Amino acid sequence: MNKKMLNYILKRFLLALFTIWIVITITFFIMHAVPGGPFLSEKAASPETTAALQAKYGLDKPILEQYFNYLSGVIKFDFGPSLKYKGITVTELIVTGFKTSAFIGGIAALIAILIGVFLGSIAAVNHKTKLDQAIMFFSTAFVALPSFITASILLLVFCVKLQWFPANGLTTKGLILPIISLSLSPMSYITRLTRSSTLDVMGQDYIRTAKAKGVNYWVIIFKHSLRNALTPVITYIGPMLASVLTGSLVVEKIFTVAGIGKYFVSSIVNRDYMMIMGTTIFLTTIVIIMLFLTDIMYKIVNPRVDLE
Amino acid sequence: MTEINREIILDVKHLEVTFVNNKKSFRAVKDVNFEIYKGETFALVGESGSGKTTIGRAIIGLNDTSNGDIIYKGKKINTHLSKQESKDLTRQMQMIFQDPAASLNERATISYCIAEGLDNFKLYKDEKEKQEKIDNALKSVGLLPEHKSRYPHEFSGGQRQRVGIARAMVMEPDFIIADEPISALDVSIRAQVLNLMNKFKEERGLTYLFIAHDLSVVRYFSDRIAVIHKGRIVEIAPTEDLFAYPLHPYTRSLLQSVPMPDPRIEKSKELLIYDESKRDLSGEKPKLREIVKDHYVFMNDREKAEYEIKLEKMIKDKEESNK
Amino acid sequence: MENNIILSVKDLEVKFKVRDRELTAIRNISMDFEEGKVVAIVGESGSGKSVFTKTFTGMLDINGRITNGEIYFENEDISKIVKDSEWERIRGKKIATIFQDPMTSLNPVRTIGYQISEVIIKHQGKSKEDAKQLAIELMQKVGIKDAESRYDEYPFQYSGGMRQRIVIAIALACKPKILICDEPTTALDVTIQAQIIQLIKDLAEEYKFTTIYITHDLGVVANVADIVAVMYAGQIVEYGLIEEVFYDPRHPYTWGLLSSLPQLGDKGDDLFAIKGTPPSLFQEIKGDGFAPRSEYSLKIDFEKEPPMFKVSDTHYAKTWLLDPRAPKVEKPKTIQNLHEKMLNLTSKGGVYSDRDK
Repeated sequence: MNKKMLNYILKRFLLALFTIWIVITITFFIMHAVPGGPFLSEKAASPETTAALQAKYGLDKPILEQYFNYLSGVIKFDFGPSLKYKGITVTELIVTGFKTSAFIGGIAALIAILIGVFLGSIAAVNHKTKLDQAIMFFSTAFVALPSFITASILLLVFCVKLQWFPANGLTTKGLILPIISLSLSPMSYITRLTRSSTLDVMGQDYIRTAKAKGVNYWVIIFKHSLRNALTPVITYIGPMLASVLTGSLVVEKIFTVAGIGKYFVSSIVNRDYMMIMGTTIFLTTIVIIMLFLTDIMYKIVNPRVDLE
Repeated sequence: MTEINREIILDVKHLEVTFVNNKKSFRAVKDVNFEIYKGETFALVGESGSGKTTIGRAIIGLNDTSNGDIIYKGKKINTHLSKQESKDLTRQMQMIFQDPAASLNERATISYCIAEGLDNFKLYKDEKEKQEKIDNALKSVGLLPEHKSRYPHEFSGGQRQRVGIARAMVMEPDFIIADEPISALDVSIRAQVLNLMNKFKEERGLTYLFIAHDLSVVRYFSDRIAVIHKGRIVEIAPTEDLFAYPLHPYTRSLLQSVPMPDPRIEKSKELLIYDESKRDLSGEKPKLREIVKDHYVFMNDREKAEYEIKLEKMIKDKEESNK
Repeated sequence: MENNIILSVKDLEVKFKVRDRELTAIRNISMDFEEGKVVAIVGESGSGKSVFTKTFTGMLDINGRITNGEIYFENEDISKIVKDSEWERIRGKKIATIFQDPMTSLNPVRTIGYQISEVIIKHQGKSKEDAKQLAIELMQKVGIKDAESRYDEYPFQYSGGMRQRIVIAIALACKPKILICDEPTTALDVTIQAQIIQLIKDLAEEYKFTTIYITHDLGVVANVADIVAVMYAGQIVEYGLIEEVFYDPRHPYTWGLLSSLPQLGDKGDDLFAIKGTPPSLFQEIKGDGFAPRSEYSLKIDFEKEPPMFKVSDTHYAKTWLLDPRAPKVEKPKTIQNLHEKMLNLTSKGGVYSDRDK
């Protein structure tokens, strides 16, 4: 790793921090501009009670002061107290939810990448054969199907009809189906991406050069083709990881998984300001970090990317 | 062409083109000066990255200029032009590109490719005249009117370049910038396309700016040649003078490098590499100056003195070998 | 001196499957390559010149196959090799190839050093360190300055000419017997072209390999070749020593190629252009494939394929014009006295160097 590279990483890192700050600021001010609040529920509270609650949560202070208080909290990973669940902090809720989401998301992403790249390479190497056609057929189908449909089908077949798995994600066994439903679509996408970029790379002149050098076929595939072919896959992995890790709201809902998606949805229903802000900031931060890592990975795999 | 009525159609003065990329600026064209006379073929010759294409694109307005004037028919054109002026200019000045496959819209019929310019400028009274113009353009490049409804991919490279020429010619231009028009074509097709370009020159009195790297083609096709190296013109001369009496060391290295299709000449030739760092660059800053009539070299006083001796000797040698 | 034949091609025929149709790219070529010589194969695109040499290393595209004939190299008929793994003993080791475009023929994500030492490790069984040492020596040999520090650089950090030098270094890494150069300088500037051509010549002298040059540029041919083979529509139509083919060509196609040289055109007059287009290789070609485009075709040209007529021990041409019964035809005026014409075009015989004042 040279100085140029470190410079680049630092620059991208600062840019990522800046983006996160912008997100925090925008979220904060939008949430405070929205009329209504957690204490304005169906039954009207007395003005005294509301004032007391606002004072308790610091909502009576000038908005800028609130903003700086909140910002200094976020830096310490403190998103403040939940307005709905008394005595629990937003951070605690996020951590609890994210643990589960990250677990199933991480496994789903891993499956998607490994199997996707494997199937894609197999299809490319066996280009125009029955095997290639079969792989292409299924991957096209699963790319097109949204995850809530696959989730519903899986639920219907394996939980309701066959009763192999429990229909809720409260046990480890119950997490298998959510993982599968989360991974199928990105896996199929990666399969297709790997296949087309491998085919493209195999037609390149430098593969012909490698062949003319008398290099073994599999060496050509692994040492010359795969790394080039994976460049487009890597650019997809970042956003994919972010979306899978942060939990699919619908899949978590269908399988009753207590992930971050569930907390996010209920915080909106409950108008839990602090929770909405906290989860929004947390989820965008995850996305930004993933994009940051993607950029760096991309650079490592592909030396041509200009660092300037 | 007689001396007296040499009418200047294009005058390029102190042209400079600078590309800015990420705060780093790169001067691709440096203080370039030349004139093109009406009815002649003027060639810009240089290697890739020399700036020859950039000059062509600057003239037709595809690249912005950072300094200098481009004067076409007495009017500065690298400045803000009124809508009508820029319209007129686009019609009069057409470009033929290197890669005929890439310069034609592959999803449009040949008829559409050719008529697009006509449509933009409404260069016809009615549909009948438009179709006539398209048919004539096709016929003039040796294609048939029934090719109209076909698509570019149904043609060979040579035929596509003919379509490219027809597309330019249908506008009835006065000035053509041809950027490497034949370098993507096969040897025997090259001759056909060159002949076609020559035909239009004679029939319509066109003026060509011919941008190329192949000196043997340039020699056959051009009246005067400018040799460009690293964004700067190092020598301008009438074609035969340039080949007989090349003066700038870069020109000489370039001419020496062109392989001649003659085994005896080639087998006795030695490699001549131009290395600027090994040259004596003392004296004041060189400029493009006339050494004998119509022959310009990028030089200072010291070099001028050397070149004059060299030129005299070459002329003498030539006379002797002609005896 | 006894001429050793290093590669011998007999009655070679190559066909390609394109969709449902079959295309005959090589039609019955027989040719011997002499050891240590430079042979140039000249032809336009589609003439089959690249396909022809690809059969020497088993590099035909997947839809192509040898349907007839033999190719003998070191007492083995290599046209019968099918498996890629078997080709690895020849490819890159005994017969190496340099391709046209140096900008795309190196792997962009592998270092220059890796790409050179890979062959050395593969074919010579050297260790990584030894291979690196050899690779650096090769880089110096092909004219890379600071080879050691540039070993770990990537192709994008090299210019086009420098990349072609690397491609040459890769090809020479295992001291091949034959070097096939497939349009090695077409994508390069003329001054760089001259340097690369010189480099290949110097290396051929040092390493004593046989060079097969594929090109359409007759200037390059004149510079490099000892022997020229002119290809048209999948056949060799004329074959001979370089001076025989340039100064005493016999086939009308060779006449056409030479006549269309821009150097021979008079300003203001049309250049000679061969009319028409080459025949479709999807159909069977009857008689002489060039006859429909030739001004010199005889009745028999449309009926029967001409044999290779012998002009001299080293010079052959495939045209009925050489049959004793054919009318005597002289080559076109444009290409008579070719050497004198070319000399007139240049001062001091094309030499612009200051050294020989």
